[in-house]
Amino acid sequence: MSPEPKNKSEVLPPIVNLKPLNWFFDVNRAMSLWPVTFGLACCAIEMMAVSMARFDISRFGAEVFRPSIRQADLMMVTGTVSKKMAPALVRLYEQMPAPKYVMACGNCAISGGPFKFEGQYGIVEGVDNLVPVDVYVPGCPPRPEAILEGLFSIQEKILGVRLWPRPEHLPTPPAKPKARPEPKPAAGS
Amino acid sequence: MDLSIANFAQIIIACLLVIALMVGNAVVMVYVERKACGFIQRRPGPYEVGPRGILQAVCDSMKLLGKQIYVPGNIDWILYFLAPVLAFFPVLLLYLPIPFGRHLTAMNVDEGILLILAFSGLGVVSNILAGWASNNKYGILGAARAVSQAVAYEIPMIMALLAIVFLTGSLSLTEIVERQGSWPWQWNIVVQPLAFFIYLVSLVGETNRAPFDLPEAESELTAGFHTEYSGMGFALFFLSEYANMLLVSFVCAAFFLGGYKGPFMDGFWWMFIKAYAVMVFIVWIRWTFPRVRFDQLLNINWRWLLPLSILNLWVTAVIVRFI
Repeated sequence: MSPEPKNKSEVLPPIVNLKPLNWFFDVNRAMSLWPVTFGLACCAIEMMAVSMARFDISRFGAEVFRPSIRQADLMMVTGTVSKKMAPALVRLYEQMPAPKYVMACGNCAISGGPFKFEGQYGIVEGVDNLVPVDVYVPGCPPRPEAILEGLFSIQEKILGVRLWPRPEHLPTPPAKPKARPEPKPAAGS
Repeated sequence: MDLSIANFAQIIIACLLVIALMVGNAVVMVYVERKACGFIQRRPGPYEVGPRGILQAVCDSMKLLGKQIYVPGNIDWILYFLAPVLAFFPVLLLYLPIPFGRHLTAMNVDEGILLILAFSGLGVVSNILAGWASNNKYGILGAARAVSQAVAYEIPMIMALLAIVFLTGSLSLTEIVERQGSWPWQWNIVVQPLAFFIYLVSLVGETNRAPFDLPEAESELTAGFHTEYSGMGFALFFLSEYANMLLVSFVCAAFFLGGYKGPFMDGFWWMFIKAYAVMVFIVWIRWTFPRVRFDQLLNINWRWLLPLSILNLWVTAVIVRFI
């Protein structure tokens, strides 16, 4: 048995830490991100559309929607997270085995979206209040292309390089510093 | 069969080859299955990982290797870790009597088909253990379904194979292949079309493939008996599923489709071509038919396949005895 971490947020250092080996496993992780079959609201319809004929997420090896959370790598939070659903969502996230990624799809999952108004009582305003989120995909609901772009962003996050050509009509991203910057508290959002 | 050193070495080499075949088959079939699924649904399928996506299955297996092995609470430790191993290794034994050529058999036993049918039950035991040990209600339900389905579908399967055994008078797979000719009209499928059909239906039920994949029905039981398995445990179940598919396809080829005999030139390539044709057929019906309900599944078996197979066996027995 591996030693237990002191508190839940502590991350133990890897036992084998070889750069080529890590790179090899990272490539494989990026190339087969299996999402969990988990849809909350109308964005889930777009999640279904992205696996269908016109957009076809399976080209990038991510069409294996696993019904069991134990076999999944990527949780797409597609839609409005109500306070009723929040404990289930957190539980699902905690049950997911270790290399795990979360994509917040749609405005509701990012910030509460149209449900964010004074006096609302039932909606969690942003899924990042509950679980750490890797990629935010805006839209109400986001188009399937946007969800694909979100998948590419997660792949870019795993590997450090973008694998697929950037569409021409998108603005070029700001030049990134070579070294990974210290995580700053997000302003606004 | 005497266990001389030569025989022993032969079996060891055969086991290594069979492991290589099982792993290679799983890698190829994952790719073929996802591609075929894509083509049936009018989309390209895996495309970007390697040229035309051929590295997709490799990436998947390596990712599963690097995944955290999640151990749920309150499990039966021994059974939980034994079940995936038990799903994988008995299949090794089942490949030994399969004839790939007149003398190209790992272990040429006279009761080859008896060995295969007897030990294929161990696969179900692993499913029960997996469902039971993982302390999960979906797991237990999946295990219960796996048992009743396997018990039900084994009977017409054996009856269909028994009809061929009656015709040939031998339980040895090599002997059964030798009694068939090289050309398609000399194969057993022409003499026993009903037995072939019954075997084809029940092999889908026996290997837990859609439309008969009730033990892991995603819409009802999260993932059935392997709900709680992550990483390599799940990969071993996957591997054994494809290995079982290949095994029943080999038996189908040997019994009904002339085995290693084929037009123009006999040889092991015919065995592989026929077996993979059956495999592609299984994949094809998986992505074409919706899943049946559990009562429908059992009705198909007990009301249609079993009486038909008994009838087929009777007629065959009478013909063999009196004509």
